[in-house]
Amino acid sequence: MSGEEFVPLSLTPMLIGVLAAVACALPGNFLVLRKQALIGDAISHVVLPGIVVAFLLTGMVAAAPMMLGAAGAALVSVVMIEAIRRLGNIEPGAAMGLTFTTLFATGVLLLEQSDTSTVHLDVEHALYGNLESLIWLDAIGWGSLLDPVALAGLPPELGRVVIALLGVCAFLWLFWRPLVLSTFDESFAQAMGVATNRLGVALVMVAALAAVAAFDAVGSIIVIAMFICPPSAARLMTNRLEHQVAWSVVFAVLSAVLGYVFAGYGPLWLGFGNAVSAAGMIATVSGVILAFTACFAPHRHRSGAPAV
Amino acid sequence: MFWNALTLQLGYNATLVTIGATLLGIAAGVTGTFLYLRKRALVSDAISHATLPGVGIAFMLMVLLGGDGRALSGLLFGAAVSSWIGLLCVSWLTRFTRLSEDAAIGAVLSVFFGFGIVLLTVIQTMGAGRAAGLEGFLLGSTAGMLFNDALVIAGGGALTLLAVLILRRPMTLLAFDPEYAASRGINVGRMDLVIMALALAVTVIGLKVVGLILIVAMLIIPPVTARFWTERTDHMVLISGLCGGLAAWVGAALSAFAPAMPTGPIIVLTSFALFLVSLLLAPNRGIVAVYLRHVRFQRRVHMRQGLLALAQGQPIYEGFTLRLLQRAGLSQADGVATDSGRARAAKALRDEKRWELVRADQAFESAAALYDGLRDIETVLTGDQISEIDQRIGGPQGVAT
Repeated sequence: MSGEEFVPLSLTPMLIGVLAAVACALPGNFLVLRKQALIGDAISHVVLPGIVVAFLLTGMVAAAPMMLGAAGAALVSVVMIEAIRRLGNIEPGAAMGLTFTTLFATGVLLLEQSDTSTVHLDVEHALYGNLESLIWLDAIGWGSLLDPVALAGLPPELGRVVIALLGVCAFLWLFWRPLVLSTFDESFAQAMGVATNRLGVALVMVAALAAVAAFDAVGSIIVIAMFICPPSAARLMTNRLEHQVAWSVVFAVLSAVLGYVFAGYGPLWLGFGNAVSAAGMIATVSGVILAFTACFAPHRHRSGAPAV
Repeated sequence: MFWNALTLQLGYNATLVTIGATLLGIAAGVTGTFLYLRKRALVSDAISHATLPGVGIAFMLMVLLGGDGRALSGLLFGAAVSSWIGLLCVSWLTRFTRLSEDAAIGAVLSVFFGFGIVLLTVIQTMGAGRAAGLEGFLLGSTAGMLFNDALVIAGGGALTLLAVLILRRPMTLLAFDPEYAASRGINVGRMDLVIMALALAVTVIGLKVVGLILIVAMLIIPPVTARFWTERTDHMVLISGLCGGLAAWVGAALSAFAPAMPTGPIIVLTSFALFLVSLLLAPNRGIVAVYLRHVRFQRRVHMRQGLLALAQGQPIYEGFTLRLLQRAGLSQADGVATDSGRARAAKALRDEKRWELVRADQAFESAAALYDGLRDIETVLTGDQISEIDQRIGGPQGVAT
């Protein structure tokens, strides 16, 4: 495929997909190890009410208030899960399920009640995202990558995903040691003076940041899949955390690239005319990778479990 | 108007939806109880998301075979098959790999859902317009419900209830003590799958009414609500079914009578309102009850310590204790004991001494086990026993003033 076609139509969506996948997979490693994998699921569901409320308050579909609204909703959901869990003495899974379904229902209801028919805001969009539409119209070929005028026309989602990824990396780099300590041995971390509760909340908030930025570009399916599938697959590959994080990045990139290519060009190869959902395809590819590692990866069994 | 909707007088279609939804709510509440007691509430999330590819494939197959593609029973059958596969994936991943159950649930739900979305986009390109009904499975749509659809839902709900009724004893046993259940000859793995299968049945039946994202709420919220009101499983099943049915009934009626009120979200929010009321007001486990119990306990501790301080002639500086003693007329504003205060203080000190003897004496072992520093000794020992102890202590001594 030539640069004239690839750069404007496929480069930016693919890049955004890759960056969003990596931004979600990095904190996902810790969420999976801490058995909080479904927090990602909860966050990506409550993003919808957050965005709807932000829209109702400001009356416009702009990026900044919506991201704020989504982040606020993520915070509300985390607080609500903790409150219900503690006040009602309810097991965490049920508290989580209760919270995110209620908030999601609120979002759907608000969406139906308000007059949003004129704007592009609907549940399907929130779920699938619109990765395919993030095209770079100002580009005319590979040369545009060096052309400042064309670069100014890049989709704004790209910048936001980059910022989110940098934020995630900075958080992990700064808090790597306490994070690792508190993930593997919480009481030891407390004894060493790590504020484990605050660190846990910070991790969830960073995950929410990644989820919100990625959600904006690619929809909530990728977000859940990338939080869980690449880190889980990486977990089966190695016993060292550094290697696990590296593997998860590899798997995330692989899912995003292959998923995008299969979605965009797969149907053409099979003789159909139209592309299928890229977000769904990326999630599917990550699942296939996980299935492979679950069958063949070197460390797939629990340590101590007999080899079957 | 709303009353009309509640009493099923709002036309044929609304009546169908309301009855179907209520039956579904009862079945979901009852089934969800066992899921919750087994601490696997979120498995329902994986089940419900995993239905989507099945719906898509069933639609495609029916169209390829020359059918309508939107026949509800066919779509639901496809949904059941694919979520069963998803369920097996979750249990395979947790049993044979080192992944924990939550990671397995998350992986299955996101991958199956993603694949379902891919299939939906394929369907959109294959037969334009005919796929219009499929999006309804995401959030549910009761608007165009036919009599046959309602019949499928009602019949499925009734069958699920019947299955729960037959299997309630082994399921209860499993929920509380899997090892014991295994020793009684119950196949734990298979029984777990049966519970999941019932949840799956409810999910599949509910797809049309509330949609696959919100059906999870109907399986989770009523059991959590019911848990506040009782400590007995059979009661919990009943209350949970009642809550689920009530929420579904009110939700369906409300959405039938008001415009722009989608059935699924209204049912979920009604259910959540019931939960909030229970969280606040339930006896024993509700927030208000817990708070009152805490305040009462605090009072008893302060009162007791204040009386002991009075008896031993120690000054009291703590404000709350002083206020308590004053309000009970046991001390004056400056913390000096009144006559009745002195009497109560002497009694408190004597009780303390009595307890000391009781706890030292092997003969009173069972009574001594009840000692918590607050309990009145009269509630533990008989009058004869107390007077026997009093003889050992000797006569009353003066109270320090």
